[in-house]
Amino acid sequence: MTAPAACPDPALFEFCLRMGDNTLVLGHRVSEWCGHAPVIEEDIALANTALDLIGQTQLWLGLAGEVEGAGRSADDLAFLRDAWDFRNLLLVERPNRDFGHTLLRQCLFDAWHLEMLTALCGSSEPRVSEISQKAVKEVSYHLERSADTVIGLGDGTPESHARMQDALDRLWPYVGEAFLPDAIDAEVAARGIAPDPASLRAGFDARIGAILAEATLSLPDSRFAHQGGKTGVRHTEDLGHMLATMQFLQRAYPGATW
Amino acid sequence: MYAQMIQSEATAEDPDKLAAFEARIAAGEKIEPKDWMPAGYRKTLIRQIGQHAHSEIVGQLPEGNWITRAPTLERKAILLAKVQDEAGHGLYLYCAAETLGVSRDELTEMLLDGRMKYSSIFNYPTLTWADMGAVGWLVDGAAIMNQVPLQRTSYGPYSRAMIRICKEESFHQRQGYDIMMKMAFGTPAQKRMAQDALNRFWYPALMMFGPSDKESVHSAQSMAWKIKMNTNDELRQKFVDETVPQAEYLGLTVPDPDLKWNEERGHYDFSEPDWSEFFDVLKGNGPCNADRMEARQQAWAEGQWVRDGLMAHARKRAARRVAAE
Repeated sequence: MTAPAACPDPALFEFCLRMGDNTLVLGHRVSEWCGHAPVIEEDIALANTALDLIGQTQLWLGLAGEVEGAGRSADDLAFLRDAWDFRNLLLVERPNRDFGHTLLRQCLFDAWHLEMLTALCGSSEPRVSEISQKAVKEVSYHLERSADTVIGLGDGTPESHARMQDALDRLWPYVGEAFLPDAIDAEVAARGIAPDPASLRAGFDARIGAILAEATLSLPDSRFAHQGGKTGVRHTEDLGHMLATMQFLQRAYPGATW
Repeated sequence: MYAQMIQSEATAEDPDKLAAFEARIAAGEKIEPKDWMPAGYRKTLIRQIGQHAHSEIVGQLPEGNWITRAPTLERKAILLAKVQDEAGHGLYLYCAAETLGVSRDELTEMLLDGRMKYSSIFNYPTLTWADMGAVGWLVDGAAIMNQVPLQRTSYGPYSRAMIRICKEESFHQRQGYDIMMKMAFGTPAQKRMAQDALNRFWYPALMMFGPSDKESVHSAQSMAWKIKMNTNDELRQKFVDETVPQAEYLGLTVPDPDLKWNEERGHYDFSEPDWSEFFDVLKGNGPCNADRMEARQQAWAEGQWVRDGLMAHARKRAARRVAAE
C-alpha cells in the first residue's frame, strides 16, 4: 500500500505488512475449519496453528502501525483496509477446499515461512528480529506437523494420494511469488532488515523436495508463478470475500469498541 | 460444555455385589474402570458421558459461527481458543467413556444416526456478536452449575474429567460476561444486540437444567448412585439467583415480567420456560437441529478419506519398520 507521505520508513512499513498480512490471511483461513475437521485432534491442532498465526499478526501489524506513525493499530490495519491494500502472498488467500488442500497449502507456506523467519532472526532491525525469534519456534512446529500430514496423506490410500497430488498441482503455481524480489525487497535487503527472497529458494526446495519425496508426490515441472499478492496489484477473487466476512462488524459499526 | 441429566436404569444384578457397590457409593468412594459395577450404572454413564462429549463437539458450531467475524484480533484469538477448549473437553469425555467399554467411533456413529443426543441449547442460532457474550455468560454459566457438582460424581474418570473441564469453563463464562459488558456499555446498537441476545438465550438457558423434578421420573436412581448430585429445580433456582444481579449490573432486562425477589424464600420467583418448546427441540424441531446434525455428518463423511489415508500410512510405516528389522 502506498504509505502516507509522512511515513518515515515506507519500505519497512511495507515489509511488516507483507509478513503480517500473510499470517492474518492464513490464520483466518485455518480458523474456518474450527468445528469441522476430520477428527478432534486435527480440529485442535488447526486451531493451535491459527492461534499462533493470529498472535504473530498482532506483532507484525502492530509494528507496521508503529513504523507508519499515523496512529493505526494492528486492528485498524486488519479490519479497515480494502483488498488492494493487502500485501499477503496469493497462496495464503486461496480457499481451504478439502483438508488435504489446506494442509498442503500450510506445508508450502510453512517451509517458506521457516526459511524467512530463520533469516529474520538476524535482522538489523531489532524489532523484526525479536518478533521472528518468537515466531520461528512456533513455525518450526507448524512445518513439522504439516509435513507429517502431507506425508501421511500422500503415502496413504490411493484416494488420499490422488487428492494430495491434485492439491499440489493446484497450489504449485502460487509458490513462486514468495521468492520473486521487487524494489521493496531490494531496499530492506540492502539495509540488512530482511533477506533477498530469492536467496530462500534453495533451502525451500530442499525441504519441500524431501517432504514430497517421502509423500510419494511428484513436483509439477512448471515454475510458472502467479503474482500480485505481495504487491497488492492483483489479488485473487477469494480475498474480497474473506474480507467481507472478516471485516463485517468493524465496517458495519464504525467507532464501536469490542 | 453441558451435561444434560439423562435417564438411568436399575437392572437385575447379583444382590450381594450390588449391595457392596452401593455401600462403596454411600461411603463416597470412587468407582474405577476395572471395578465391578451394575450394568445399569455403566449404561447410564455411557449415555451421560457420551451425550456430554457430543454436546462439546456440537457446541463448537454455534460459537464457531462467529470466529471468522470476530471484531478484533484479540477477540478472534480468545473465541478460537475457547472453541478449541470445547473440542478438548469432548476429547477428555470420549476418553472417559472409553474406560466403560465403548469406543469414540461407536459413540460418534450413535450421534450421527440420531441414537444419542446432545444438549438442546446448541440447537439455537447465534445471530449477533453479542450472542458470543450471552453463550459464555448464560450457557456456560448454566453448564457450570450443572458441572460443578459432577466433579464429585461417583465414577472416577468422569469426576476427574469434570474437574479439569470446570476450570476452563469458569474462564469461558468470564470471557462471555466481558463481551456482554463491552456490548451493554457500548453504542446504542451494541446495547440493542446485548438485550436481544439476553432475550433469546434466557429461557433456553433455564431449560438446560432439564424439566422440573416433579416431572422427571428418572432422577432418583441417578441421585442414589451419585451420578447426579442435585435436582434440576435446585440448580435452576441457583442459576437465576446468581444471574439476575449480573443482568442488572449490565443494565439489561431479563425477559420475564414475573421475575421478582421473594424475601420469604430468599430466592427470586421466576417464570418457567415454555416446556413444549423444550420437548419440540428435543424431538428435532429446534431452529438449528437439522443444520447442526448436517454439519457434523458432513465433517465426518468428508473426513473419511483423511482418516483412512492416515491409518493406511501408519500401517505402511509399521510394516516397513518390521521389514527393516
